[in-house]
Amino acid sequence: MTRLTEWFSAGRSSGKHTLPFVVILLTMTLLASAANLFLPADSALYVSTYTITLLGKYLCYAMLALAVDIIWGYCGILSLGHGAFFALGGYAMGMYLMRQIGDRGVYGNPLLPDFMVFLDWKELPWFWLGMDHFWFAMLMAVVVPGILAFVFGWLAFRSRVTGVYLSIMTQALTYALLLAFFRNEMGFGGNNGLTDFKEILGFDLQADSTRVSLFMITALLLAVLFVVSQRILSSRFGKVVLAIRDAESRSRFIGYRTDRYKVWLFVYSAVIAGIAGALYVPQVGIINPGEFSPINSIEMVIWVAVGGRGTLIGAIIGAILVNYAKTRFTAIMPDAWLFALGAMFVLVTLYLPKGLMGLYAQMMAKRRPAKTQESEA
Amino acid sequence: MSANENTVESFRETFRRDQVWPFLTPAQTKVNVDNQMILYVEDLNLSFDGFKALNNLNLYVNDGELRCLIGANGAGKTTLMDVITGKTQCDSGTVFFGQTHNLLNKDEAAIAQLGIGRKFQKPTVFEEQSVFDNLELSLKTDKGVLPTLFSRLTPTQIDRIDEVLKIVGLAKHRFMLAGALSHGQKQWLEIGMLLAADPRLLLIDEPVAGMTPQETEKTAELLTSLAGERTVIVVEHDMEFVRSIARTVTVLHQGSVLAEGTMDQIQSNRDVIEVYLGESEIAEGEEV
Repeated sequence: MTRLTEWFSAGRSSGKHTLPFVVILLTMTLLASAANLFLPADSALYVSTYTITLLGKYLCYAMLALAVDIIWGYCGILSLGHGAFFALGGYAMGMYLMRQIGDRGVYGNPLLPDFMVFLDWKELPWFWLGMDHFWFAMLMAVVVPGILAFVFGWLAFRSRVTGVYLSIMTQALTYALLLAFFRNEMGFGGNNGLTDFKEILGFDLQADSTRVSLFMITALLLAVLFVVSQRILSSRFGKVVLAIRDAESRSRFIGYRTDRYKVWLFVYSAVIAGIAGALYVPQVGIINPGEFSPINSIEMVIWVAVGGRGTLIGAIIGAILVNYAKTRFTAIMPDAWLFALGAMFVLVTLYLPKGLMGLYAQMMAKRRPAKTQESEA
Repeated sequence: MSANENTVESFRETFRRDQVWPFLTPAQTKVNVDNQMILYVEDLNLSFDGFKALNNLNLYVNDGELRCLIGANGAGKTTLMDVITGKTQCDSGTVFFGQTHNLLNKDEAAIAQLGIGRKFQKPTVFEEQSVFDNLELSLKTDKGVLPTLFSRLTPTQIDRIDEVLKIVGLAKHRFMLAGALSHGQKQWLEIGMLLAADPRLLLIDEPVAGMTPQETEKTAELLTSLAGERTVIVVEHDMEFVRSIARTVTVLHQGSVLAEGTMDQIQSNRDVIEVYLGESEIAEGEEV
């Protein structure tokens, strides 16, 4: 009995499944990439470039789900505005890609992106400066979401805003940004956003090799962020975060400044979302204000709920499965997808409160006692 | 005097060898108990929408004392603890921990780090984590974000946790989830969490609620053994329990101190009989 409980309490946060999961993720990535690059197009095992890009997109969503799970599953902060951080990271990458177009745009202006020429602007706005450097744009992709999360978190958590009120505020945050980015005067391409990208770091974005590389980089970064997050959450910091989720005032009375823990976890989560956004944009080829829409942020929460919150692996699996279902569903019955999504959320909440990972743990627990009895006998 | 000498003079003035710059001195965490007094509560007032929860309350607690607070519901016992631990802001008055630490301008975390531990009425432990983790979190360590992120359990800390586990009798359950413990065990774990933090002052709200007589007896033993080294303030309704542990009892009534003394003195105090013991007898009579 003690061994069972020991296994439960230790297995919850330990890296028991971490290594196998990373190995599977990277092996699949390598196999898919190799199948695309080295097999002839008529082979049965050939993976099309379209599929590679689709998989890359799923992995970006998985990274985003990881970010949501860190803050929601482990700290109990239900953020319905993570799409904002994702989109900001995406815009940073989009700005870099726009500057890379150079004079190959429709208007052939070497300095100004097409939409600025169209709006009859004479020079680049200040916040576009430096975006032609890859390193600077990537820095912005993590710094801007990070700073926004810090300011927002600092104000909200210090004032001890929690629960539904915080969720509503995060919704308002992403909605406000949606409205702002829709405006042409903002200088981010307004309604149309940023698109018509040509190349990244000199590599043609349409080329198979670039697509495969982006896919592999996404998988690698996902694995790295997954392992780092696992480490952070199983450190004492992670235990404090769980403590805050379960009994915040108790944590304060044993001497932890819970607002600071929450702010830094929120910033970390926002930075991951920003990285996911930056990887997403070159693969789908467009970023527009639609990414800020509140619906998107709610969908992310559903991915995590389906996979099982509080388990990083669950968030990743949930995001991939739900998005795969979405791809299939919208191809067969586009109108029914939102109903299916809603039904899935209701069913998961009712019958699988711990998501797919909870189901898996249940099945393992059923097998486990039989095994220990055998070994003792 | 040459310019050179002047520079040397001003250098000596700035870098005085007999003094340390204030920002270099370690933050003061020692509790000054030169007057044998650890807690000074003076003229405390607090009202909620016109209801005076605390009314000119004065309370002094000696270092190393075991003090019991009793009083009817709404007498201000829990509110007083809330003010001391920084949960509630009071309207006026002063609360000093030792002679130097003003508790009213500190937040809950700072007060906890000074060495004031609190146990709630309803046992609150971190249910999703193991008993061991619960104690690890409560250890007296640097509780900043970065130190916590990179902290490792040292052998001394593990020994300390083992020691506490033994004291509260949960050594067998160290890897059990705290949520799976019985009510009484949770109460004990919470007391253990206070002990792990190595506090100077323990504020304990109804420690024996929901405990069996044996558990109650063990708790009484534990609390009396703690006093001396640490200061313990206990709020309790169970008069038998109070009698078994208390040396000094303070009776609160309508937000101020009604009487203070040994249990016998209290029980023969006319005011107390009138407002507290009398009331409870009436209340008990009504129930029957």
